[in-house]
Amino acid sequence: MSAADTKAVGPPVPVPPDPQPTGKPSSADGDAPRVQKRKRKKGELLPYFLILPAIVAIAAVYLYPLGKTVIMSFQDMGRRELWSGEPAPWVGFQQFTNILGDPEFWWVTFRTIVFMAICVTLTMGIGLLVALLMRKLSTWVRLVLTVALIAAWSMPLMVAASIFRFMADSDYGLINTLIAKVVGEDWLGHNWYLNPIQGFGIITLLVVWGAIPFVVVTLYAALTQVPQELEEAAALDGASAYGIYKFVTWPVIKPVFTMVATLSVIWDFNVFGQIWLLRGNKPEPEYETLGLYSYSKAFESTSFSQGSAIALITVLLLSGVAVYYLRQLMKTGEVE
Amino acid sequence: MSSTTETQVLRPDRKKSRLHFDIIGLGIAAVMIFPVYWLVISALRPNREIRSYNQTLWPTSITFDNFVRATEMPNFGTAIQSSLIVAVTAVVGGMVIATLAALAIGRFRFFGRKALILVMILVQMLPPTAMLIPIYAQLNAMGGIDEYWGLIVVYLVSTLPFATIMIRGFVVNIPVELEESAMVDGCTRFQAFRRVIFPLLAPGLAAASIFALVNAWNEYLFAYILINDNSKYTLNVWLMTFTTERGTDYGALMAASTMIALPVVVFFMIIQKKMAAGLTSGAVKG
Repeated sequence: MSAADTKAVGPPVPVPPDPQPTGKPSSADGDAPRVQKRKRKKGELLPYFLILPAIVAIAAVYLYPLGKTVIMSFQDMGRRELWSGEPAPWVGFQQFTNILGDPEFWWVTFRTIVFMAICVTLTMGIGLLVALLMRKLSTWVRLVLTVALIAAWSMPLMVAASIFRFMADSDYGLINTLIAKVVGEDWLGHNWYLNPIQGFGIITLLVVWGAIPFVVVTLYAALTQVPQELEEAAALDGASAYGIYKFVTWPVIKPVFTMVATLSVIWDFNVFGQIWLLRGNKPEPEYETLGLYSYSKAFESTSFSQGSAIALITVLLLSGVAVYYLRQLMKTGEVE
Repeated sequence: MSSTTETQVLRPDRKKSRLHFDIIGLGIAAVMIFPVYWLVISALRPNREIRSYNQTLWPTSITFDNFVRATEMPNFGTAIQSSLIVAVTAVVGGMVIATLAALAIGRFRFFGRKALILVMILVQMLPPTAMLIPIYAQLNAMGGIDEYWGLIVVYLVSTLPFATIMIRGFVVNIPVELEESAMVDGCTRFQAFRRVIFPLLAPGLAAASIFALVNAWNEYLFAYILINDNSKYTLNVWLMTFTTERGTDYGALMAASTMIALPVVVFFMIIQKKMAAGLTSGAVKG
């Protein structure tokens, strides 16, 4: 799932809802060892029956394909093997040496990382500022802002991309009309995608606009956990606004911020739909990020093995971030 | 908000600065909602205003012509049908499997439990193409291209991890004692689940199903690759047919997009509070 899908409906945030406000251990793992023991004995096999369908499903649609990605990366599977069903020949590390020796790949990787860094910085920066602002607002303004955020959040990616495509259209786009009013008539008909930097500007706008609601809502919820008495005490003791933020507010929201930032890194690294849809399902080579590069190798050049190998490299690049994220989760006890 | 009055006494300039913040807040709200406004207003304005170099922020008149053109596009009816069949089937199947797994994770300690949770979190981070290529190749070999079931299986499983973790959150909040006392009173384990746990779990299941439904409704990439038959396009893929070599009919595209987004917005409003509350209360407790 990519950053894109987050706004689809809300992100697949792996933080489970646990609205129990107290620090008391939840009833399942808690204070009744006697009950536990009896359960274990009685239901020894039952939990395995319960998870069996889920395991089969996940194995079939995630783990098996992932294994197949690995296998295909060491083969040479093209259109002929796909349609005839003939076994694809093994080629060892051929695909990887080809890819790593191709300067195109390094450009794509560089572009992916820079794009991800810009999107994450903007999303988290703006998101944090808006969340902090939310606390200073009158109740009715906060309500208006929340409704606006939820409206933006709920836009399906496909729809959001269509809106931005229309707004940035060279002929009928609102952006060109507005700029032309300020700068002059020659902006009419300006094509934003001829220059990839400008094109990525529009794409970044779409990605950041779509990601901000989740970040703001999450960070604002974390901010409500900051004890107000502490902030007031600090203010009375003469701490500056920045000092209060740094020593009182930030430590409380830091775990949530780190978690959201890590998720953003993963999602924005995997951005696919926004670019794909804004570029009419066929992005030019200068718009390719790793996901699109892998996609176009597989489905445009019908070299499924090359596509798989690139996807595998992407997974390996991301695995470091994923491990970091999991460690964060473990620390907060979410996996218990 | 009770503290506001106290701080106002301490700092008399508070009220003035609040006004500044309010203005900034309204500005941000306007920016965030503008694309949504633009979607709706473009869907409702006459086509001559859309096909114009001079876009105006207000329409001169309101018309439903764009909606009529959108519904007259080929395959509109079948696209709705496909989207509904695929999304609903995937959600029903997904919820059954997710509930079972959530009960196991939330109620039992067993070997491999933690590993299962970790796997469920990890698989959600995989890049879409890492799945797309092998699934396409596999379905192709099994004759699952252009068939609903291929898409259904993919959607079912892709919402499974999140749904399981979400439902688990609701399961652990139902006291075990309820279940136990039902069993003491003579219920079997299954009866205890059906008569005691399930009714309490229903709101959580509703939230998780809406989440899964919206996810399936919004998906476009797998639908685009796995379905090539025009008459089986889902709504999102159908939306792509608005762009042809001769350009894009933006009026109809905006109208169709509005129709597709509308149920999502409604559903989203229903669950948003639940999601937002659930997201962090767990995360900050440490």
